[in-house]
Amino acid sequence: MRELLRRLGAAFSRVAAIAGVRDLAYSVFAVFLALGVGALLIFAFGYDVGRAFSALFQGAFGSVRAVSQTLTRATPLLFTGLAVAVAFKVGLFNIGGEGQMYWGALASAVVSLALVGLPVFFIIAGAVIAAALAGALWGVVPGVLKAQTGAHEVITTIMLNSIAVLGTTHLTANYFKAPGAVDQTMRLPVEARMPHIIDGTGIGYGIVIGICVVVAVHWLFKRSSLGYDFQAVGFSPGAAAYGGIASKRMIVLSMALGGAMAGIAGSMVVLAQLGRFVTGFSPGYGFTGIAVAVLGRTHPWGVLLAALLFGALEAGGMTMQLSARIPNDLMTVVQGLVILFVAAPGLMKIFPSLRPKGGTKESSHVA
Amino acid sequence: MWLEILGTIFSLNTFEAAIRLAVPIALAAMGGTFSERAGIINIGLEGMLLTGAFAAVLGSYFTGSAWLGVAFAVLASAMSAALFGYFTIELKANHVVAGVGLNILALGLTTWLMQVFWGSRGTSPAVTGVGRLHIPFIAELPIIGRLLGRQSPFVYIMFILIIGGWVLLFKTPLGLRIRMTGEHPEAADSLGIKIRFIKHFSVILGGAFCGFGGAYLSLGNLNWFSMNMSAGRGYMALAANIFGQWNPLGGLGASFLFSFSDAVQMRLQGLDIALPHNIIQMIPFVLTIVILAGAVVKARPPAALGNHYSPGK
Repeated sequence: MRELLRRLGAAFSRVAAIAGVRDLAYSVFAVFLALGVGALLIFAFGYDVGRAFSALFQGAFGSVRAVSQTLTRATPLLFTGLAVAVAFKVGLFNIGGEGQMYWGALASAVVSLALVGLPVFFIIAGAVIAAALAGALWGVVPGVLKAQTGAHEVITTIMLNSIAVLGTTHLTANYFKAPGAVDQTMRLPVEARMPHIIDGTGIGYGIVIGICVVVAVHWLFKRSSLGYDFQAVGFSPGAAAYGGIASKRMIVLSMALGGAMAGIAGSMVVLAQLGRFVTGFSPGYGFTGIAVAVLGRTHPWGVLLAALLFGALEAGGMTMQLSARIPNDLMTVVQGLVILFVAAPGLMKIFPSLRPKGGTKESSHVA
Repeated sequence: MWLEILGTIFSLNTFEAAIRLAVPIALAAMGGTFSERAGIINIGLEGMLLTGAFAAVLGSYFTGSAWLGVAFAVLASAMSAALFGYFTIELKANHVVAGVGLNILALGLTTWLMQVFWGSRGTSPAVTGVGRLHIPFIAELPIIGRLLGRQSPFVYIMFILIIGGWVLLFKTPLGLRIRMTGEHPEAADSLGIKIRFIKHFSVILGGAFCGFGGAYLSLGNLNWFSMNMSAGRGYMALAANIFGQWNPLGGLGASFLFSFSDAVQMRLQGLDIALPHNIIQMIPFVLTIVILAGAVVKARPPAALGNHYSPGK
């Protein structure tokens, strides 16, 4: 019994050390600050702040349907967030999640349609793997460009996002189009889509797959030699190369892995939300993923928490738009502010009560 | 067939359009040049352009004057640059992350405000635009007349600003201080140059240039604002700035390359050729990647780019 307690205590302190309680507190602070600015905007333009926030809360957690909406929206954000987080370990800022997700979504739609008739497990597995491969391929492009020429990944991934939207539209319109006016693939039959954990709730297995991937990524970062190499390159490419790590290969690998994550995000949207690939479907999951990763400090479990929060904000934002008539794009404002606030370690110094003892270490911050 | 395509690509109409389309990219590229010469990586150009485009329409809508709209744009973009500068210089935020944050903030805020003011998420109502200038003497010249005789005033503003920016950066003591701040802040500091002031000044000035570019996007031609109107031009501008070796004139040249490809892309869509529209539309994006990849190999950015500087260390 004492042995068990001792182990539990050790495990807890390890979790606390990993999660970084101070980072967590600061992230929560940044979110409240951003929501506060959002509230100011709502107030300044003559809307009812109380009504807005109660709609936001209702839409995110107020009913089983609301919770299922929150989880359904959180799942792709978890993956696009991981897409940013994985590349960040190597010091790369992958803002190409949007494009990688588009290829993943199209690949998963095409593969799952081809697998219809098989047991649903195989359809989901095939679709997710296809999506991961497609996203990884699209992620390799900026990775190779960065490794071979030094072209900044932020610019190349933005351009590749536009190319991916055009490319998937072209392929869908010309090769995979369902009859009708809209450029989209055929509908997946309901029995070939993401099954629900409990019937009637709308809560699918997507979030379970997401948590499994979080565990895997956490293991990769903390326990595997590849994760060690990633972080060595991220801290100091020169020192890593001196230590015998192939920096260029790590850059390409991390972008491939990040691309795979974003690709899976696309399959989650297709399998659990749309039931098909629709051209230009994304409301910006790839970009919200940046906010998710930055808020989660690129820590896998942090990314999960941040994804749940932003999933809730997106779901609640829809309700806020419907019942309080406040345009949902306010949530994009909140995301931008969260990124800015979390990125600025110096912000703490303005609020002396939050200042940690012993000063802030700049290098310890993600952003 | 090939003759027709080549004739379309290298027609005066295409070049005339390329000069126009270069305005927002070249001005934002110079904004990036000033910021990066002072050591601040500026991914936020996109958000500053978008802010300018929105503020221009807002100003024109409420005052009825297009030029007051332009003033609004310059002011708003400079303010967004000041915010970016505050986060990167004072709060020591990672430049790239803060820049992307600013872009997302600008996208959210402009889209939200557009709906608050005009109730539409697509486009704003049409407002008074800047129109075109007809310059009597130049317009009569054979080729130059077609290219520059009846252009948007923004085209002339762009040329004046870029030449002025080049002079400021390379021919004045202030320009020398800016470049020194980005190359070797410790040395600049030891000479008594006010590093923080120079950095803020360069970032805000760069934002003001983006304001002109953004105002052109909305008031130069279409005379309305639409969601995400900058559509990646800020990122292209950053690539143009790198390709132009952190020099306003080089940035202008690179911007012409991008705007020319954009003009070609638009005109090819009007032709009945075998290439599908979606593929043709990719041209400027692919070109940006290719040029950036080719340019970076040889590029030498300011030595202290992306670093934070704390005096007295």
